[in-house]
Amino acid sequence: MVFLQRNKKPSGAMKTRSLVSITDYTKEKILHILDLASQFEKNPNQDLLKGKIIATLFFEPSTRTRLSFETAVNRLGGRIIGFSDASTTSSSKGETLKDTITMVSNYADLIIMRHPLDGAARYASEVSAVPVINAGDGSNQHPTQTMLDLYSIKKTQGTLENLHITMVGDLKYGRTVHSLLMAMSHFNPSFTFIAPDELRLPDEYKQFCFENGIKYRELSELTDFADADILYMTRVQRERFLDLMEYEKVKNVYTLKNKMLDGTKPNLRVLHPLPRVNEIDTDVDDNEKAYYFQQARNGVYARQAVICDALNVQDKIN
Amino acid sequence: MADSKKELVVVALENGTVIDHIPTDKLFQVVSLLKLDSIDSQLTIGNNLYSSKQGKKGILKITDKFFEPKEINKIALIAPCAKLNIIKNYEVVDKKPLELPDEITEIVKCVNPKCVTNNEPVKTRFHVVDKNNVAIKCCYCERIIQQEDIKIQ
Ligand SMILES: [Zn+2]
Repeated sequence: MVFLQRNKKPSGAMKTRSLVSITDYTKEKILHILDLASQFEKNPNQDLLKGKIIATLFFEPSTRTRLSFETAVNRLGGRIIGFSDASTTSSSKGETLKDTITMVSNYADLIIMRHPLDGAARYASEVSAVPVINAGDGSNQHPTQTMLDLYSIKKTQGTLENLHITMVGDLKYGRTVHSLLMAMSHFNPSFTFIAPDELRLPDEYKQFCFENGIKYRELSELTDFADADILYMTRVQRERFLDLMEYEKVKNVYTLKNKMLDGTKPNLRVLHPLPRVNEIDTDVDDNEKAYYFQQARNGVYARQAVICDALNVQDKIN
Repeated sequence: MADSKKELVVVALENGTVIDHIPTDKLFQVVSLLKLDSIDSQLTIGNNLYSSKQGKKGILKITDKFFEPKEINKIALIAPCAKLNIIKNYEVVDKKPLELPDEITEIVKCVNPKCVTNNEPVKTRFHVVDKNNVAIKCCYCERIIQQEDIKIQ
């Protein structure tokens, strides 16, 4: 039974240099991208995309992700075409996704897209003549978020190897959690999964851990992270609960407070894909272990690296 | 063996294909999957027949028709226990278990209502991730579908 698999050899998507799912990347590729990202952190403004046109197609709005990508393109000297909301485009007049992508791939050198449907980016990468970077397809994948998570982990811990990662919150639907688990599996991690009963990690991911010899334990209370190197917090969303009474019961139980970080390892860092609502108390913000705002800034460097790899221009990096 | 011989005799088939041990509630799905409702060959459909293994079963006998493995193996999606008998000159010359291909295109509908294949004109494509228990994974939305949830388009 092999439900979940990492990439061992370049897949179809790799041939076109698209990034649709984090499992499109091999371990070597992940490390290469992270290395590029650290070069962009040192020297963010480089004219590597001079003369290139990058399309940012946001079929559903996501200001945070779009600004991060567009900042990355601008720092690399590229030009941007696109839209930030599908209601202003021909797809709202019934044009198929295939036609929109085919048209745009005639104009642009690279497509960065976000779409409300699961699998839209994979389909676009098959239709498009130019590489596609997935900036979120429904509830399925958001691989550049995972790259910035990995970059943040590597930067704060000095390595990705042999870390203990505690994941908290919505582990059932949280796509950032699933992608991070798959990506970290290359680096001999161990995990603690903390979630309310309704939002526990799906069995296929536990099966994946088991088959790959990855140690994990499951808890239902937000306690005991003495052995954690990374505390990865996610949002527990009300709409995920069938029974709102259950939501009311757990919503405050899963709030991280500053005093809970007493006695944790000195190298521990708290990550969160943002936006947070109430799962991290604001009294944590001034703790040196709070890393979620720097984590967001790392997104620009990680996206610069992913874009350069997709366009194969990394040889010119200073 | 004696059991199956007795049944094969019921409607003796000179040449053709017998698909045996089809679950009774899947029989007509198999008929439509193989497009047997529109073939010219002589077709015998038996349902609710006694089976020592299953209690009740369905059986299809198609005269002078031999399927490509790619075509016939599709039925493993809905009736993985069905047995395939190739008949030549009244003899069973080949008995084959069904085997799922690695990839399934077009015939299955993705269960995820938010999948791009259910909202845009996209042909479905699935990787078979578990051949024994029958589980398939959508190549687009990456949802895993177990045998009991598989829907034929
Ligand atoms: Zn699907």
